Amino acid sequence: MTDIIDHLAGIPPGSALDEARRKRAEARVHAQASHDLLLLPADPGGFELAERWAVAAFVAGLHNQAETAAYYAQGLAERAPALAAKVADAAARGQATGPHGAYPAGPLSKENTPAPGFAADAGLLGPRLAAALDHAHMLVFHPRDASAEHLQRLVDAGWRTAEIVTLSQLVAFLSFQIRAVAGFRAMLAA
Amino acid sequence: MTETVHHPEGHAIPNEFTKAMLDWLPWLEPMAEADLTPRHMAGLVDASRAKSAYFRLLAHDPEVLGARTRTDKDIFYNTQGGLPRAERELAATAASRLNGCIYCASVHARHATTYSKRGEDVQRLLDDGTGVDLGERWNAVVAASVALTELPMTFGPAHVARLRAAGMDELAIADAIQAAAFFNWANRLMLSLGEPTPQG
Repeated sequence: MTDIIDHLAGIPPGSALDEARRKRAEARVHAQASHDLLLLPADPGGFELAERWAVAAFVAGLHNQAETAAYYAQGLAERAPALAAKVADAAARGQATGPHGAYPAGPLSKENTPAPGFAADAGLLGPRLAAALDHAHMLVFHPRDASAEHLQRLVDAGWRTAEIVTLSQLVAFLSFQIRAVAGFRAMLAA
Repeated sequence: MTETVHHPEGHAIPNEFTKAMLDWLPWLEPMAEADLTPRHMAGLVDASRAKSAYFRLLAHDPEVLGARTRTDKDIFYNTQGGLPRAERELAATAASRLNGCIYCASVHARHATTYSKRGEDVQRLLDDGTGVDLGERWNAVVAASVALTELPMTFGPAHVARLRAAGMDELAIADAIQAAAFFNWANRLMLSLGEPTPQG
């Protein structure tokens, strides 16, 4: 099976970077396993595949890296075609810079920067998916603003504890994978 | 299974970056220790992590936790060649400092200090932020971590060339990238599922 980071970064087999990645074989295998468990689970439980790919397409769209954004947009279009354009529109509206956010009041307050605002269209996406995209937008651009109230909003929209853990892992994993791909692409271009 | 969101009260809230030991209070209910099955223990990887509320919360999805932890361990603890441990921890500390994860920064600033013996430099990174001057090689690692952490990402061939000029080979540069990228995973979990408090 294709290693998705190799694929997205365009790492040629046998190249110096391929050899370097294979010297971190456990990281390579388990980054792939993370992708597979989060996006192609045998038993998705209450966090269904269409939602997982919608969140992934949204998060990848926010990062604006062409290869990863196209991969997750395509994956969503294959699994939930009715959502593809709506999620692409949300990602286009959600473009921002980061990391931003506020610190607990004190000496770091001078480093506070305003959070980019975003609200997904709950009428279009449904309240449960809209809440997930709002949460993902916060995690991508201003994670230090996270609070118990953010989790309450997910709970109020129907997200159960275990599903929130998996949703958080999905957004956080993508934050890693997209950066690893970007970093490796820069190595190949250097 | 409970959907109660916890709002911890009455504890001190760290409001600056520190190397001091911190505790972490979850906002969602972790798995109870008594409910951990062999499947959950496999996800925790180290049995001692059953004592940690953070890992028992992530154990609600044990397979994903297991994959996360094995990725983490290889990026940071596999010392067969590549970037010295100290500089992997430096990359993690820089990402945590920029994202604003006071808990993560405390852990990895201690590790960076242990492996580098440059505790004062690590403290300056915590105090002054990622713009601090730590000498060219460390500056190159911090700049790479910042360029991968910021959005839009600015990491490019010039960052790779700077790391190479600082004496790093292909594996060391890949390690720096993976260490910085991984903390964009770790910071987001730690920041968004609970909050730090001073230990003791």
